[in-house]
Amino acid sequence: MLALLLRRLLQAVPLLLGVIVLNFTLIQMVPGTFLDVMTAEQQVTDQAMIDRLRVTYGVDQPPAIQLAKYIGSVAKLDLGYSYRHNLPVIDVLWAHLPATLLLMFAALLIAVLVGSAAGIVSALKVNTWWDTAVSVFAVLCFAAPSFWLGIMLIILFCVKLGWFPVGGMVTIGLDGGWWTQVMDILHHLFLPALTLGLFYSANYARVMRASMLEVSRMDHVRTAHAKGLKHSAVVLRHMARNAMLPVVTLFGLQLGAVLGGSIVVEAVFSWPGIGGVLFDSVMSRNYPVVLGILVLSSVVVILANILIDLLYARLDPRIKAH
Amino acid sequence: MTTPLTLAPAPTVRTKRSDHLIARFARHRGAVVGALLLALVVLMALTADLLYPGNPLRIVAAPEIWPFTDRAYPLGTDALGRDITAMIVHGARATLLIGLVAAAAATAIGVTVGALATWYGGWVEEILMRLTELFQIIPNVVFVLTVVSVLGPKIGNITIAVGLVSWPPIARLTRAEFLSLKEREFVQACRAVALSPGRIIFREILPNALPPVIVMASLVVAGAILYESVVSFLGLGDPNIASWGRMVGEGRTLIRSSWFLSAVPGVAIMLIVLALNLVGDGLNDALNPKLRKR
Repeated sequence: MLALLLRRLLQAVPLLLGVIVLNFTLIQMVPGTFLDVMTAEQQVTDQAMIDRLRVTYGVDQPPAIQLAKYIGSVAKLDLGYSYRHNLPVIDVLWAHLPATLLLMFAALLIAVLVGSAAGIVSALKVNTWWDTAVSVFAVLCFAAPSFWLGIMLIILFCVKLGWFPVGGMVTIGLDGGWWTQVMDILHHLFLPALTLGLFYSANYARVMRASMLEVSRMDHVRTAHAKGLKHSAVVLRHMARNAMLPVVTLFGLQLGAVLGGSIVVEAVFSWPGIGGVLFDSVMSRNYPVVLGILVLSSVVVILANILIDLLYARLDPRIKAH
Repeated sequence: MTTPLTLAPAPTVRTKRSDHLIARFARHRGAVVGALLLALVVLMALTADLLYPGNPLRIVAAPEIWPFTDRAYPLGTDALGRDITAMIVHGARATLLIGLVAAAAATAIGVTVGALATWYGGWVEEILMRLTELFQIIPNVVFVLTVVSVLGPKIGNITIAVGLVSWPPIARLTRAEFLSLKEREFVQACRAVALSPGRIIFREILPNALPPVIVMASLVVAGAILYESVVSFLGLGDPNIASWGRMVGEGRTLIRSSWFLSAVPGVAIMLIVLALNLVGDGLNDALNPKLRKR
């Protein structure tokens, strides 16, 4: 297990370098220079001041040296300085990352639960109206743009029914113990997580159905039936457990997409995560933050993929062989 | 330049096969519905200037007319009094254009990367597949937003950004297909008669590897349309072009009074993505009959 972890971490290094180089290329592509944007933003017109800033930010040096310095500073977790927040970029991101991670994992939980349940049902009742209903549900969830689905849920549950808050993460000025606070956050979390989760549950439902059908034909399932186990026990312990493997694979492949999706959903529900920061920074051309988010989110995906690999090795011991 | 070294394909077989293709496609009821929907949207995009001449973004009537209440504006008007039907019809153009161009670019990059990686192997393959992995790791939406914000909100830049994030799945699929085709006898025969690598890759192997790639490409079009709608929903789209995503975003501020403003264009996006997925399923059944086990 440790060897696998080390190998994966080592393999992640060139990927991370690639992300940084790509990032750097994007900075170089900013029309004018990065410094022009900043000085225009802060209305710095004094030439002496601009020259000093050029030296401070190292823009006077050739791109190759700038790239080397950039790689060095990212390695030290220094993603630059956000002149708008007047804070280092990494601090701005740390403050908002937990909210995004919370939303992501809540959404994935909903997606896996709803998706696998739907997949199991449609595989057990294959070619009945249950099966059709599940595939129609999957296709609709897959085709609906998440931001639109979110707005529709807001209209139904917040505007018409008034069951859930329209946005945000906590009720402002809420007093009470930690239990009240947790319930309050869950109350706010439900709709955004559902919006994001439904989209991915469509994928899981499809994969789970196919994989359940595949497993149901295997010998060990027949044996389990033959030795007189209850149907529900066979389904849950012998079929679903084996059918989960492709779902775990998909889970790993989709993490990057879920992170991107959560940024969109955050914009709809004004969830105080990375998405809001990204959106503000894109709008105000605050490039250090935009690029910092690109690096950080790639790191999150790389780390999550390593975690999935480890999980996979636990679920299926045969994987260790290669 | 040189005379063809391989036998010309027999034309009769080809027409017969395409008959089969259409028949197999038509057996899939959902696919036919999807194809019809898609044809409708294409027709809408082509005839937009005839149906609704002039700029669709001009103000024509009182604001916030509800759908199905005024015959002149069947889908109502938005908060500024612009005709929603006209914007939907013209928006079909931008949506399809971005979707198709981005998917074509993604397919071209993906096929080239996948084909070169498999053909040359060794360090070329290592580098190209690492590059693919790199683009798969980066969260797509973040990358698209970053590129659009760096290059500016133009329709061309959005298309480039979407194309850049959509190619990795195609590269992986092409590689998988090429790996299984590379060692076949017909490829060895091509090598034996000293065909150039470019010719073997693109004229001999590629046509055989293409069916699953085409299916994947139809899904990439759907994905590209979704990315475009996200970009314009967030207000980073091209401000001079009617876009479904932006209509949803603009309608969002009025969900308490006129919720139809964001509901209607969203349905349009959903229908076209649905249609593309159904067509993809149908193509999958028609082009890969062997894979129809699910």
